[in-house]
Amino acid sequence: MAGPQITIVGASLAGLRTAEALRASLPDASITLIGDEPHAPYNRPPLSKEVMEGFAGGGMSEDEAFARLSLRSKLSPDDVQMRLGMPATGIDPNGVRMADGTLIPSDWVVAATGIRPRRLPLHGNESIRHVLRGFDDARALAPMLRPGARMVVIGAGFIGCEIAATGRKLGLHVTLIEPGPQPMLRALGTRVAAAMAALHRRHGVTLLTGRAVEAFTPGKVILDDGKEIEADVIVEALGSLPNTEWLTGSGADLSDGVLVDDRMLATGARNLLAVGDIARFANPLFDDVPRRVEHWCIPGFSARRAAETIAAQETGAPQLPGFAPLPSFWSDQYGMRVQAFGAPALAETQTVIEGDLSQIGEARVIIEYARGGALIGVIGLGALPATIAKHRARLTAALSPKENA
Amino acid sequence: MKVHVNIDICLLHGQCVIAAPEIFSFDDNGDLVWVAEIDDSQVADAEAASDACPEQAIIIG
Repeated sequence: MAGPQITIVGASLAGLRTAEALRASLPDASITLIGDEPHAPYNRPPLSKEVMEGFAGGGMSEDEAFARLSLRSKLSPDDVQMRLGMPATGIDPNGVRMADGTLIPSDWVVAATGIRPRRLPLHGNESIRHVLRGFDDARALAPMLRPGARMVVIGAGFIGCEIAATGRKLGLHVTLIEPGPQPMLRALGTRVAAAMAALHRRHGVTLLTGRAVEAFTPGKVILDDGKEIEADVIVEALGSLPNTEWLTGSGADLSDGVLVDDRMLATGARNLLAVGDIARFANPLFDDVPRRVEHWCIPGFSARRAAETIAAQETGAPQLPGFAPLPSFWSDQYGMRVQAFGAPALAETQTVIEGDLSQIGEARVIIEYARGGALIGVIGLGALPATIAKHRARLTAALSPKENA
Repeated sequence: MKVHVNIDICLLHGQCVIAAPEIFSFDDNGDLVWVAEIDDSQVADAEAASDACPEQAIIIG
């Protein structure tokens, strides 16, 4: 008997890991992996850091850069049907509709379409305005990052801060504009964000906080206080939007990503699951509020969970309840690692438990984050993972009981 | 099965130590150490560690 037809839409980390896990658990399944980009699955984090540095600095060809990113896969060519270079445009009860009008018949659909950069709704300077999400974005941006060039980065989240740091390393003049009071404020909290602001300034970045871009004039960025900044290259790093338009009409809750239950099943839709950046799920380690989590670790966790769910439903095997991955994220800026575990963004208080934030970038600093008096996250700055490990163990112990609540 | 770590590209994220603490750990110097030869019961954990490595530095097989 033929196995189920499973279509995974999105051929990045989450889609690839879902395909691998499904191949292992449902050998009879017929799996199709769809990607709108022409590239085989690849890893995105180095695009703003070491690969951009090598790429822009001239030491790395496009092929070498892609080879560094390419995701190693456990799949052999016969395991899945890959359809790259064409987006899915819709979903109906029979399957997934492609941009060329064809239908891919599907018993199960896994949405892994990820996010795209938010753009400023302003005209002007189109030829020098860039975003950084995919390999093609990096390929377009890299030749602009020449020593002495003036780069204006709009948005001081992680991507904006990383590209600013990379720009400084490459010898550019960098102005970083952030509408909020500090860079990476939501993720890091006030004290650590302020220390990161100091780190950027110490490395020569002109960081302007509390400022928004009002307009572009030829070769210039105009701020809301009237200030004009000359720019040879502009990077818009203002956060992201989930790619869920193609799921309109599926019945799923698409108010921010795709609302899923603890099995990655989309609420309100039939045989639809979501994984990776677009999956909005409640994590019982913290509370019952569903959130999207744009960390690198989530695609792997959610892909395995989604594959388990489909396998359980196809085989009738029982599935353990609960999905409670420990979130973690990292960033590298000026050779300093920012390593987080847990959910610092949900914390009310921050306590430096090792080091001194005024020494950021020079000596290790470890910060604990708490909510309601209970440990909820830990961040290490310039700290080896081995030195954070004991704090992570305390965090894991503090978070576990709620799993049974 | 053998566990190989390309230490040249390892950036000490430590995700393998979380995914498979019986196979990967840090020594007193903070360097990564691992069990080079694993039995079948440990393969799933080792593969989870390999998947969790942001640098793809771990090869099982």
